[in-house]
Amino acid sequence: MPVNKHPTIESRAQNFARALQQVFGRGFGPGFWLAVFWLVIVAFCAMFADWLPLRDPLDPVIANRLDGPLSGSLLGADGLGRDILSRLVHGARVSVVIGLTAVSIGMIVGGALGIIAGYFRGHFERALMAVLDVILAFPWLVLLLALVAFIGQSLFAISTAIGFLWIPAYARVARANTLSVVQREYVLAARAMGATTTRILVREVLPNVILPLLAYGLVAMGLVIIVESALAFLGLSVEAPQPTWGGMISEGKRHLATAVHVALIPSITIFLTVLSLNFVGDRLRSRFDVKESNL
Amino acid sequence: MIMLLRKLPWLIGTLLAVSFFTFMLVGLLPGDPAVLILGAGVSPEAIVALRLEMGLDRPLLIRYFDWLGSALTGDLGRSPMTGELVMDAILERLPVTVQLGLMAIVLALVMAIPLAMVSASFAGSKLDRVISGIGFALMSVPGFMMAIFLILIFAVTLGWFPATGWIPFSVSPLDNLLNALLPALSLAMIELAMYMRLLRTDLIDTLQQDYITLARAKGMPSWRILTRHALRPSSFSLLTVVGLQLGGVISGAIIVEEIFALPGVGRLLYQSILQRDLLMVQGIVLFIATAYVLVNFVVDLCYSLLDPRVRYAG
Repeated sequence: MPVNKHPTIESRAQNFARALQQVFGRGFGPGFWLAVFWLVIVAFCAMFADWLPLRDPLDPVIANRLDGPLSGSLLGADGLGRDILSRLVHGARVSVVIGLTAVSIGMIVGGALGIIAGYFRGHFERALMAVLDVILAFPWLVLLLALVAFIGQSLFAISTAIGFLWIPAYARVARANTLSVVQREYVLAARAMGATTTRILVREVLPNVILPLLAYGLVAMGLVIIVESALAFLGLSVEAPQPTWGGMISEGKRHLATAVHVALIPSITIFLTVLSLNFVGDRLRSRFDVKESNL
Repeated sequence: MIMLLRKLPWLIGTLLAVSFFTFMLVGLLPGDPAVLILGAGVSPEAIVALRLEMGLDRPLLIRYFDWLGSALTGDLGRSPMTGELVMDAILERLPVTVQLGLMAIVLALVMAIPLAMVSASFAGSKLDRVISGIGFALMSVPGFMMAIFLILIFAVTLGWFPATGWIPFSVSPLDNLLNALLPALSLAMIELAMYMRLLRTDLIDTLQQDYITLARAKGMPSWRILTRHALRPSSFSLLTVVGLQLGGVISGAIIVEEIFALPGVGRLLYQSILQRDLLMVQGIVLFIATAYVLVNFVVDLCYSLLDPRVRYAG
């Protein structure tokens, strides 16, 4: 087979089509598409929360206090008479934004550190692994609480703090994968042809390391949403009055005996979202054949 | 013993780094601790006096070694907010958290091991799918949500267990267990999924080994093969995960103790963070991280005691 140094647009399109076929060709089953459908709804809500025809999520209507679902409004109202559906939709924004940002931070910073450590080895690798060990010596919530106390409770600060927690995991995966990629012949070939280190890292190593990182991304996002909701439940995520799913459960906890739906509805929402992320992530990961042992 | 000596420098290095990281994390918090303690609107002289008294005028590194020195003798300082000695406050609440964590791990193992054994021996069957599916669903539930709905079902609706509160074991063992069961269960359900998933994969792997086939050929009953031959090699990885997951248990304990109003270390940490009691936070974080590192160190050693191959390879 002739070596095609400069792949034409056509061959690239063919490759892309083949990859798509590989991923989406054979059936995933209805469960997968149901999960994707739910995630699309959540993403849509997060993007267009301000433009959807909903009540004001912050407006307390005393008359509606603890209204059950389907009485007046679709999902009822919370202890202050605020519309639950509207708060869910606006709360989706926090979960989605923090999910995306935190995972991106972890992936980019951790991935870069891991690739550099795996490629250059030596002192940097040893120092990095030692630092990661130290970070991992702190239970995640202990570290997170301390970080949040340190950098505050804005949307960006919370995302950064949770993203920081993900750096060790991603750095480890990236390093492990880089170690195996560097052994391969095509890296040797590139080096023999006189490619610069930057070129090898970007063109040869990165494309082969990024796939397992991305495949892990959805599952990681599910965990980030759990972590954020726990933080919100403790009242330490994005500050009120911004509605958050965890905060809604915390509010609903007070009315557990009288109005279960106030806590139940956001709980189901978190559960379905995380379940969908896990499910889709798991399926994609097995489709891409990313070994769990690499993580 | 040789293993212990070889790993000791690594342990000391890690603990030093952990303590330094803890100190920096809390030491660099924005805001002057002296101002935080005295509150706004106090005369500058009083603040300067307190700063001198707390030694805040000295360089950070000196303060670190000072703090570490007293921490090594068990003195983590005195909380300026409550007037309690930090070490006493931690030790007083430690039994609650330890009991909670141990009960959670034991409960999780008691549920996970049989489920994983059933799942692995009928791998691919409907039963296996159902069990794995439940495990998958459990991994999507945050711990605090589990706690709330256990309260809703078993405390509010059925009234079997108290929703909150704590009675020490020495006062009334039965009430103590009743109070601890729901919090421990909510922690255990999350761990359960992790243990089960791992043990199932491991068991399926083990069950394909030659010596299992041999045992089968000898006519050994399958439950005996599972318990005597398959479980033991799989227990190594389970032990490691239990050790590593301890961080998850501690994190969960912070939330669960707060929800059930248990007087444990986790709740103390949370309350101290809310009150900006920096010295207390520093002490607790150091204590927890040190305990976590030490436990995993011991798990590492156990590993080599249980499996001779590790002993000689390392």
